Amino acid sequence: MILAAAAASSAFSGWAFYLAQQSINALQLGSIYALIALGYSMVYGVLTMINFAHGDLFMLGAFACLLIAAFLPLPFVVILLLVILLIGLLGALIERVAYRPLRGGPRVSAIITALGCGLVIENLTLVNFPYAQRMPALFTSTSYQVAGLTISTLQLLIIGISVALMLGLDFFIYKTRYGIAMRAIAFDARTVPLMGVPADRIISLTFLIGAGLGGAAGMLYGLAYPVIAPSMGVLVGWKAFIAAVIGGIGSVRGAVLGGFILGGVEIMVVAFLPSTYRDLISYSLLLVILIFKPYGLLGRAPNQKV
Amino acid sequence: MKPFLAAAAIARWPLPVLIAAGFAFTVAAQYLPILNGYTQFVLITVGINIILCASLNLVNGYMGEFSVGHAGFMSLGAYSAAIFTTKWLPATPAAFLPAVLFGGAVAAVIGFFLALLSFKTRGDYLAIITLAFLMIVKSTWENLPYVGGPRGITTAPLTTLPWVFAAVVATIWIIRNLVYSKFGRAVIAIREDEIAANAMGVRVREAKILAFVVSSFFGGVAGALSAHATFFINPGQFDILKSTEILVMVYLGGIGSLAGSILGATIFTFLSQALQPLGYWRLVILPLILVLLMLFRPRGIMGLRELPWFLPRRELLIKRELYKKP
Repeated sequence: MILAAAAASSAFSGWAFYLAQQSINALQLGSIYALIALGYSMVYGVLTMINFAHGDLFMLGAFACLLIAAFLPLPFVVILLLVILLIGLLGALIERVAYRPLRGGPRVSAIITALGCGLVIENLTLVNFPYAQRMPALFTSTSYQVAGLTISTLQLLIIGISVALMLGLDFFIYKTRYGIAMRAIAFDARTVPLMGVPADRIISLTFLIGAGLGGAAGMLYGLAYPVIAPSMGVLVGWKAFIAAVIGGIGSVRGAVLGGFILGGVEIMVVAFLPSTYRDLISYSLLLVILIFKPYGLLGRAPNQKV
Repeated sequence: MKPFLAAAAIARWPLPVLIAAGFAFTVAAQYLPILNGYTQFVLITVGINIILCASLNLVNGYMGEFSVGHAGFMSLGAYSAAIFTTKWLPATPAAFLPAVLFGGAVAAVIGFFLALLSFKTRGDYLAIITLAFLMIVKSTWENLPYVGGPRGITTAPLTTLPWVFAAVVATIWIIRNLVYSKFGRAVIAIREDEIAANAMGVRVREAKILAFVVSSFFGGVAGALSAHATFFINPGQFDILKSTEILVMVYLGGIGSLAGSILGATIFTFLSQALQPLGYWRLVILPLILVLLMLFRPRGIMGLRELPWFLPRRELLIKRELYKKP
């Protein structure tokens, strides 16, 4: 009798520990999704355009880290900053060359161009790296036991860096002049330039920051799941896009919320169901949410002008 | 009297003659050694691509929406037809036509529900929802052992050149008649200005849903044909890259133009066959063409223009009246 109760309680605690352990993984994946989703959401907020190339910039972040680490023995933080800068500049360059000439034209052209740019980036990477690459460990990660749960330095670092970047972005958007200009353009793109705001420069800045965060996410993802391939721009990047839509695309806080929701759902699906159901369930979740909340959880319906 | 004669003078008689000759040629090619196997396969691919391109043009060109899920409808059609011919009925030529229609019907039904969902919201959300749809379809087949999971299923090689030719003619004919009907004018009005169209009494929602259903039906038909043109289908064939290929064809040939769809599909198919030796570089060049097209000629080669042969006679007469020299 007592033995059975003890077995039951240990089974229960085993189950609870499993859940808690998976929650740490969910936080890790969710914070990476949230970082990528921010880029989609910021661009959509400012230009109402889906930047389909963003997932591939995320992928390039991982490859940039791989290349830098292979040739220059730099400390972790320097590599991170370099990756953010490089991918950010590339994002701003793509905007300048491919999207800006189409601004004012049909909105569909910009989306198609973005899709095309993404595929060009992905397949150019594929030409140079036809096989999946192994990401080097940039530092030795140790595991800690906290209340029976295992958590590694790497996981702490990934969650910490992501949260720090998100808080920094939130401060930037809500407290600085450039952030205010960004939100103003999102609110009314036609009037704001008349008020003396350099709209083109703000839009470039949006792409720079969005792509930079995506690049950072790519590097962190590569460290967490150290086999990287060009296809991860589509496989992971578009998941993050779903996260942005679930949270309400255009809303920065929504992107973070969506990222953590999607990360949680995916980890729990893999923990309790066959792992091949993961994509099926995350994309179905998107459709279900769009049925009930057509503009996402924190998104606002656009005001229709006649 | 005069306009009628003038319209007749554009010489419409070669069209039925050409169609009949083309059909006779494709039938002859089955019995006489005119075309080798590879050429036949390329021509079948051209035909399937024309169907895909013309049907996507209805939504992306004539209606001005942006769907990226056409490969998903193709996948639905391909798998439904393949189940029909390999699991339910013996794979005989007699079962082929019902199988193709069944594939189209399945795609149309799913397309109807997707349209109901998509057109609740506006604009970009169609791209989002069709993207999710594409991934769901792919993932569903991958998780169904009944259709072989990720490995796919073997199909019977039933698609022959005459079948494809007939399907292309039927598709172009049906879409042409739809586009130049009352419904077609509604669709074009939605592209030009949805709010104004609504104010003028166009039933926007119904026109959108119908256009989407027709488009997905033909996407399914093309999928059914392609499933039986190769010996084998798997879920990975119908991914976002396939959708992008169809988009390239549509925007290369020209939006809102059936002649453009035929041109775009033909050029694209031959180009992609010619680029085959380049390996992965092919995958760089094709999207690059799409980007350059958007930057320098966003409406494509035939954008919003049509050859007289693809206009109904009545439409030609109206055009003639409109542009008559004083």
